[in-house]
Amino acid sequence: MKPRHKRLVFIVVGLAGIGIAAALILNAFRSNLVFFFSPSQVVAQEAPLDRSFRLGGLVKEGSLERLEDGVTVRFLVTDNAQTIPVIYTGILPDLFREGQGVVTQGMLGEDGVFRADEVLAKHDETYMPPEVAEALEKAKAAGAGQVEEGGEKP
Amino acid sequence: MSWSEFFAMGGYGVYVWGSYGVAALLMVLEVLWVKRRRRTILRRLGRINQMGAVKVEHEAET
Amino acid sequence: MSTAGINWFKYSSPATFYPLAGRMIPWFAALAVVSAVAGLYLGFFVAPPDYQQGDAYRIMFIHVPAAWMSMFIYVVMAGYAALGLIFNTRLSAMMASALAPTGAMFTFLALWTGALWGKPMWGTWWVWDARLTSELILLFLYIGYMSLEAAIDDPRRASRASGLLAIVGVVNVPIIYYSVQWWNTLHQGASISFDKAPTMAATMLAALLVMTFACWMYAIAIVLMRVRNIILERERHSEWVMGVLEEEK
Repeated sequence: MKPRHKRLVFIVVGLAGIGIAAALILNAFRSNLVFFFSPSQVVAQEAPLDRSFRLGGLVKEGSLERLEDGVTVRFLVTDNAQTIPVIYTGILPDLFREGQGVVTQGMLGEDGVFRADEVLAKHDETYMPPEVAEALEKAKAAGAGQVEEGGEKP
Repeated sequence: MSWSEFFAMGGYGVYVWGSYGVAALLMVLEVLWVKRRRRTILRRLGRINQMGAVKVEHEAET
Repeated sequence: MSTAGINWFKYSSPATFYPLAGRMIPWFAALAVVSAVAGLYLGFFVAPPDYQQGDAYRIMFIHVPAAWMSMFIYVVMAGYAALGLIFNTRLSAMMASALAPTGAMFTFLALWTGALWGKPMWGTWWVWDARLTSELILLFLYIGYMSLEAAIDDPRRASRASGLLAIVGVVNVPIIYYSVQWWNTLHQGASISFDKAPTMAATMLAALLVMTFACWMYAIAIVLMRVRNIILERERHSEWVMGVLEEEK
């Protein structure tokens, strides 16, 4: 075997070894790399109760309410299966909207209310002009109306 | 749209121009660094070359 | 001259590549400037504001190309390092070391612009989610590669050791790319990917692609400039370099 081929084999074997090792480590760490828990996971008691963790999901439409002090907000975080109430005092990020993604850090109280000390907005990968978004919204509303009228589902 | 409106970027001016400004700065700096390095190398090699040439001439004389 | 007759190994010789690179640099530099101007025009004057993020999303036109370049340059660098290790070609090792600083620069830019985008939109400069952390590891890999190379005096041994590090580090690139799919992260998924249509308005996409092209051209131009420096340094004892010096005068 020429030295050139030997080196090639050495590198290929080395790379394969590193790849397998990395895959195994990643797999082992998979559960530890969870950035946030969904409301369903919290209800299933997968999230730690004794320490702070992140709760992620969508802000439920129409659930945002401001308390009398003006800086404390209450809203519901949902993954469309389970819902967790969140209470937070502080400034909300610009992208915080009802119906949009959110990741909050805090502790779950015994009363089932999540007390957040940090609220981050999570946006999706869709970018479009406001007019298009409006048109889409209208089309969706019209489409939903039609289905109701016709009484048939696609 | 006025220019001041343009530079305000809907209130996000600091973030937008901070991004593009640093990007432009780094690229300009990188070019300058590489060019300066080239000048240094050429100068140094020029000196070595001259010394070599002197040596060769000297050897030719003897 | 038939195309099949081109001796590719001829171009892998530093003596042939040096003048060739010199002739190509102005073209790539000019393309970089022209496409950057076009891309910025599209990005700031043609592309509309985003329905959610307003004008802040315009950071994307530099953030996304920088992030793409940071990963792509790493793969190319590791490829050259592997070629250098397998075939012992001098030019491959030089290309690998010429790519590293530019790759590191784009990685830093991706992180920097990401922080400036994250603060107003997400509400934080930085989070330790899988995407951001793996991109930070990429920056450390570039820095490690450059330090390792600088730490060893003998250029051949230096490029062998650092080349090995570059090849090992390649595993990080797919981790960065797929991190948003494999784990739940604060960073959103890809708007442009191999397996689905882009989730972005056409003018925004056009601006993004033109800016990406500009970054490509910039990277090629600056790397060719740097590799010419490296060639001069490492080949300074050979006769052709002396010939070049005569011409440069």
